[in-house]
Parts: sequence; C-alpha cells; structure tokens
Amino acid sequence: MAHTLPALPYDLDALEPHISRATLEFHHGKHHAAYVTNLNNLISGTELENSGLEEIIVAVAGDAGKAGIFNNAAQVWNHSFYWQCIKPAGGGAPSGALLDKINADLGSFEAFVEQFKAAGATQFGSGWAWLVLDNGSLKVTKTPNADLPLAHGQTALLTMDVWEHAYYLDYQNRRPDYMTTFLEKLVNWDFVAANLAAA
Amino acid sequence: MPFPLFTRFLLAGLTALCLLLGSALPAWAEFSLPPLPYAVDALEPAIDATTMTIHHDRHHGAYVANLNGQIQANPSLADLNLNDLQAKISQFPVAVRNNGGGHWNHSLFWTLLAPAGQGGSPSQDLIAAIDRDFGSMQAMRTQFEQAATTRFGSGWAWLIRKPDGSLAITSTANQDNPLMDIPGIERGVPLLALDVWEHAYYLKYQNRRPDYIQAWWPLVNWQEVNHRYAIATSGR
Repeated sequence: MAHTLPALPYDLDALEPHISRATLEFHHGKHHAAYVTNLNNLISGTELENSGLEEIIVAVAGDAGKAGIFNNAAQVWNHSFYWQCIKPAGGGAPSGALLDKINADLGSFEAFVEQFKAAGATQFGSGWAWLVLDNGSLKVTKTPNADLPLAHGQTALLTMDVWEHAYYLDYQNRRPDYMTTFLEKLVNWDFVAANLAAA
Repeated sequence: MPFPLFTRFLLAGLTALCLLLGSALPAWAEFSLPPLPYAVDALEPAIDATTMTIHHDRHHGAYVANLNGQIQANPSLADLNLNDLQAKISQFPVAVRNNGGGHWNHSLFWTLLAPAGQGGSPSQDLIAAIDRDFGSMQAMRTQFEQAATTRFGSGWAWLIRKPDGSLAITSTANQDNPLMDIPGIERGVPLLALDVWEHAYYLKYQNRRPDYIQAWWPLVNWQEVNHRYAIATSGR
C-alpha cells in the first residue's frame, strides 16, 4: 500500500502572516512529501509494504537497523498530525471537557502554556513538543527528531514542530516567537478536544 | 563632612558592590564570541551575508551566552579552556554539553571557511593520508557528503584523525563533536567540519541540503585543514 501525501486542510497562504506561504510550500510540498517518498521506497518489496502507517511505526520503533523506516514513517505521521493541529484564526484557550482536564491534570491553562513552551524551547536541535494522554493523564512532553508519542504508548493530542525548517524562513533563530504565535494565533483546539474525546 | 550621611552610605554600598562584582566578573565573562575572520558577505553567493550574520551573531552568540550562564552553577568551567572542556564534557550537565559544543564547533567552523579561491589546496601530507585511508580524494569527498546528507535532524559531518593516526569520516548529532567523551561518538581530532543544522543553510537552500554541501566545497580553507593535520600528526 503506497502511502500518500495528504492535502493541507487550508490554503497555502491561510496562515499568513504567522506562517508564510513560502514556509508551507517547502514544509508540506518538499519536506513532508520527501518523507512520504522515502518511506514508500524503503518499504517497497519488504514485509512492511502493505502495512498501515501506525503499524509500521510500532513495528520498527527501537530497531536500530530500521531507523530509516522509523524516521520517515514517523515524520509522515507527525506532519499529517501537525497540519491538523493548526488553523487560520486559531489559538487562544480551549474550553469544556478539554479545559477541565487541563486544569485537573496540569494545574491551569497558564501552567500548560508554560510547560509547552519550555518543552519546545528545550528540545535541543530538531524535534517536537506534545500534549499527550499517558495512562489517562495529560502530560506535556518533547521528542527529538522523528520520535513520537505512539512509540511510547501515549496518545498524541497536540503537537508543535520545532525543527528549524518549521519556522526558519519566518522567525530565523527566534523559536520563542514562533512558539508564542503558535499558541496565541494558530492552535486548533477543536481538533485537540476531538482527539481527547476519541482517546 | 564633604557628603551628607545618606550619600556616604550610598558610596560605601557602591564600592562594596564593585568589589563583589570585580571578583566575580572574570568567571562570568570567561567565554567570548570570536569575530568572523572575514566580512559577512565574503562567502557570497554560496553562503549569503544574512545567513552568516544570523548564524554567527545570534546562534553562535547564544551558545556563548548560555555557556557563560552555566559557569555559576558549574564553577570548574572557569578553570577549563574551551578545547579541554570538550574531552571532559560528560562530567557536566547537558546544557554545558549543548552550549559548550555549540561554541567550540562554530569557532572551528568559521576558521575552516575562506572566500572561494582563497583557501589553498590540500598539502602533500594530507593528500597522502587521504589516499591511504580512503583510496582517493574523491572517495573521501563522497563519504563526507554521505555523512553530511544522512545526518538525520541537526548535526555535523567531520573528517577526523583518529588516535591511531588514521583518517575517518563521521557525523555527530546536535552540537556534539569528536572530542567529546560521550559513548557512541567516534573520537578523533577534527580536521574538517560541516554544519548541517538547518539554520546553516535554510534561508538560501531550504530543503536542498545536498546543494548546500556542493556549494560549500569551494569555500573550504585547506590551509587551515593542513595546519590542523600537521599539528595533530606532530603530537603537539
């Protein structure tokens, strides 16, 4: 089963000025697309050729000899998820059951914001910051490079890409500015709430 | 009485503060950002002036500032030079490893670049060692490009001289380098280095890391590589 690049759920310029058209053209059209192409090439003719994406990730996670497959499969998943975590005119604070759960497990929405920004700022090099469900509790985590909650038995609810390619054309070295914009202007809390409800 | 009482107290307090700062300042200011050895636009068009400015002033500058920020919590840092720190990096917190590595790697990287046509060529000694250990200069280049292209995420590609005297190609993640006493790192004296963090090339090359690598070769300062090889082989 060949894996395919999902279309962006909004226009390339829909996130302007927070994330530019140029960034999305490269990020979706080049980086994400390359992970899809590489994955299909790597699994072609192997026992994983007909496996689903999550099945592949779980099967090769932790296998040093299959790091190439893991990296590309996980990056396909991460980016497909990331596009849905942001939207035009997003950001702000969640409400309802999600907010109640954040208050109960993390203390407050402000505490979540602080933890989430700290996770993104301290993920040295390339990686991702996450809000996950771990054994029924919300947690803020970070992962290097392609690593993701699925490889740790956790359910991803929200992610923020902190690879430099996610923000360098728009923010250069100012990762904190990108993170603030991500939270204040872009997060799709409806998607996060739906992920929690489905978990 | 030349000053009112309040002013005398203020002066005494300032003097005490200066004395306090005077004893602490040398340690806080231990590491410094070296200036680029050429103009920011000297490597155009292969590496543009905007990239050089942000890369040197902001990224390298932040590693230096953050490393200095670790001195108070790790006072022994003040007694180590940057070079010696690398070989003892496992004794320090990860923030020292990341920022100390970032400072050392970038300080080296700038010296290994030169405006196109001004970097000279590999010495006979270096060519002989490369032929001996890789088969040819082209084979070494191909291996180096492979290491630089396949380093997933952020990191560096290296040509090193190993303790047994042989040359090898290796790569490290993030701001690690071959001097560090970290398990999994192939250790040796770095002779040639290439930064493959996206910040090194993204403004000009975006996702095209292979194009950046090809554009970089003509900028290699072989005179500095020759110099580093001569020092490494002399055992100094």
